[in-house]
Order: sequence, then structure tokens, then C-alpha cells
Amino acid sequence: MVALKSGSRLERVLTSGRFAVTAELNPPDSADPAAVYERALVLAEVCDGINATDASGANVHMSSVGICALLTRAGYEPIMQVSCRDRNRIAIQGDLLGAAAMGVRNVLCLTGDGVQAGDQPGAKPVFDLDSINLLRTARTLRDEGHFLSGRKLDVKPRLFLGGAANPFVPPYEYRPQRLAKKVAAGADFIQTQYCFDVARLKKFMADICDAGLNEQVHILVGVGPLRSAKAAEWMRKFVPGVVIPDSIVERLKGAGKGKQKAEGKKICVEIIEQVQDIEGVCGVHVMAYRQEELVAEIIEEAGLLPRRWQYGKGRAKRSKETLS
Amino acid sequence: MRFLQNSPNLLVSLYHAVEWVLKPFQRWMGANGFFERVLIPLEVITKVPVFDCRMCGQCILHSTGMTCPMTCPKTLRNGPCGGVRSNGKCEIKPVMNCIWVEAWKRSAQMKEYSKDILIVQGPVNHQRKGSSAWVNDLSTNIRTHPDGWLP
Repeated sequence: MVALKSGSRLERVLTSGRFAVTAELNPPDSADPAAVYERALVLAEVCDGINATDASGANVHMSSVGICALLTRAGYEPIMQVSCRDRNRIAIQGDLLGAAAMGVRNVLCLTGDGVQAGDQPGAKPVFDLDSINLLRTARTLRDEGHFLSGRKLDVKPRLFLGGAANPFVPPYEYRPQRLAKKVAAGADFIQTQYCFDVARLKKFMADICDAGLNEQVHILVGVGPLRSAKAAEWMRKFVPGVVIPDSIVERLKGAGKGKQKAEGKKICVEIIEQVQDIEGVCGVHVMAYRQEELVAEIIEEAGLLPRRWQYGKGRAKRSKETLS
Repeated sequence: MRFLQNSPNLLVSLYHAVEWVLKPFQRWMGANGFFERVLIPLEVITKVPVFDCRMCGQCILHSTGMTCPMTCPKTLRNGPCGGVRSNGKCEIKPVMNCIWVEAWKRSAQMKEYSKDILIVQGPVNHQRKGSSAWVNDLSTNIRTHPDGWLP
């Protein structure tokens, strides 16, 4: 029996060696909980954890703590994203305890996009901690049971800690070592930025496996459908860290009018099928910006359903043949 | 200056020299003491032109290929963020080179400290901002990391 750090569903899926699927929930610009539940409903059945973003791209939306509170109340499994851009170490440590008290078991520790990328470029960027400091801080809370100041906790939070990785931007040779630093700081799982360049990912994963890091951390590859060639152009220009090769944009353009959305979905499914075979890849993280309705279709077409296996009946097979 | 910035080994030698001069006075160094008052102006006139130093008081230059990490718009001390542009420029300031792309190149050139870029760095102590990094480094009774930080 493996001792679990958090007991979360995501942790159980990953430690048992099954292929994990997580999906991103686009936070609403609304004070209505129904907006969150509507979006969670289409995701929950097809994935092992729902990422609640923390003002991604530095745009204000409902907070990740708020979304996680709603999700845990309804019995869903959230992955709370925490970014260092907007809060200092006092606020973040308090939020981690609060989230754990509400039943949040997975936390993704991020540095955060710069404020200039979002809708409030005049805001003061905080960056008191960085993602690696944050991982270490969260691990200290969980394992040692004290704050960064050394003050003791009464009850430790049970958390499964995640970090992000972006193998697709420079300095390429340093990216695997930066991931090693995240593992040393306390990362249990990693979710990567959007992968549109499988060759680059393969190289990165080969380095990870050579360093033996795949034994210490679970890596989920970020994927997502592109709505159109125009959307792809916009994303690679304005969303920090997203790299889309020209060949993908050309392929979308070539699909013709009205068919680009379907082609974008097809590309996404193909990428999932390709990354599944790469050594060290433990799952995928689907980010469908304002296209949640596509997530279920993508996961099904990639042959990753059903997500809820009956325990005690042996490991379910995920090949297409057994499903049809 | 550019030549100096791209010669991490030369800078390391200069640092060794400074350390050799200051080390004998180590035990008289303390927060807000005489040495700090003398060394702060000295650090300002040397480190600001060379490193574009921001006087955080907590130098980790030996683990960044002698590149000041506080010049990163996100003040990241543990490596590059995921927003670096494909041409190696900064996400926040597109005209600026990502300081971590440079730090990585320079660190690889280093003879003695090339592996130090892999050390997990703790958070900056904002109370010691503007103080003397040399005093903080040499003094035996100044701690910059929070008590609960595990190295």
C-alpha cells in the first residue's frame, strides 16, 4: 500500500499508473454559481480533475478559491491554481489552508503571467514568491506542519502539489533542469503549457527520462483545440508562452471556411494520441478556451473514456477496440 | 560593460578579491553597522553599472552566471518563467533579452559555479532591501531567509 500525500482522485489515478485526464474550467465573469456548475458539469464526467484558473493571462475572472469552494461543495475534484502575481506569502499561505479546509486536495503552483498581458495592465505586480518558492512553502505546510515563519500549524493540509512546465520556449536546454528544481522544491505532478510541437516535447521528455525524473513526478501534457487559424494567430501573439508552429496554422487555413473548428479538434485528438506513447507522459491536461463543449468529444475520440473504472475488476483498458 | 557581463569567470575572480579583503573584518559586521554604512555606497557605484543591480541586498550572482536576477521584471530567482518568447526576449518587455536565457549561457561558461544554477533559492527578505549584500553574506549573525524556510 502506497501512502498517499493527499488522497485526491488525481493522486490515486496517477499513483496507480493509469493515464490521467484533467481539464481547465474557464472562470465566469459573473457572481452566479450556476455559471460555474454549468461548465463543471460537461467536464466532470470526462476527467479526473478540474483546473480552476487564477486570473490566467492576468485577466480578472471569478477567483480560483471561489470556484474551488463551489466545486468541492458539489463533490467535484478541483485543482486549485495559485499564482504569485497577485498575492504575497501571507495571503497565499492563508489561502492554502482555507482551500484545504474546504476539501481542495490538488494545488497547481504558478508564477503567473505578467500584468501587462491582461485587462488591467496598470495593476501592481506582486511576485513576492515565485513558483518554486511557492512549491517549497506548500510542501513545508504539508510535511513539516509549519508556516514559512516557522510558526506551527495545528492540523497540516493534505495537498497534492503541482507545478507547470513549458518545454516549448527558450532556454530549451535548461527546461528539464528547471523541472528538476520544481521536483526538488516539492512538485508531485506537472502540467505543461499547450503542446503543438510533439517533436520538441519528445526531446524534452527524453531528457526528463534520462535524468530519472519520470520516476519522481507525474507529467501531464497540455493540449487544446484551436478554433480557427485566426484564433491560433491571436493566441501565439498575445498569450504568453504559447508556441504554435506555422504548419499547424497552415493546416487550419487549408481546411477551408466553416471546417476550421473541426480541423482544430482533429489536430488536438491527434496530438493526444501521439503524446500517449511518449515515455514518461502520465496524462493530458485539456485546455479548451471558451469551447468546453468540445472537451468531452476530444477525450472520447482520443479513446480515453470511460474515466470512472469499477474498482476491483482489474485495470480497465483504454484502447478503442475494447470500448466499441 | 557588456564584455564584463559576458565574462562570468572574470567577475568571479573580482568577487574573490573583494571577499579576501573583507573577510578579516567579518566578525565586526552586523545589520546597520559601520561596515554597512561604508559598503553600501561602494556597492552602489560598482554593482549598479556592472549588473544593473537593484540593491536587494541578497546577491545570488554565483548561481546565475553573474546575471542579476532582480532585473527580471518578475524578479524571478529560480529560473525563467514559461512566457519567454521564441526569440529569447522577455514576455513583459519585448525589447529586453530574457535575463535567464543569458544567465543560463553565462552559467554554462563558469568554471567553479556552473552547477549552482540548480540550487533552489529562497524568497527575498524585503526587510533587508537596500542593505549591503556583502555584509549580509559575510556576517555570521544576519539571516535573510525566513525561519521556516527549508534549504
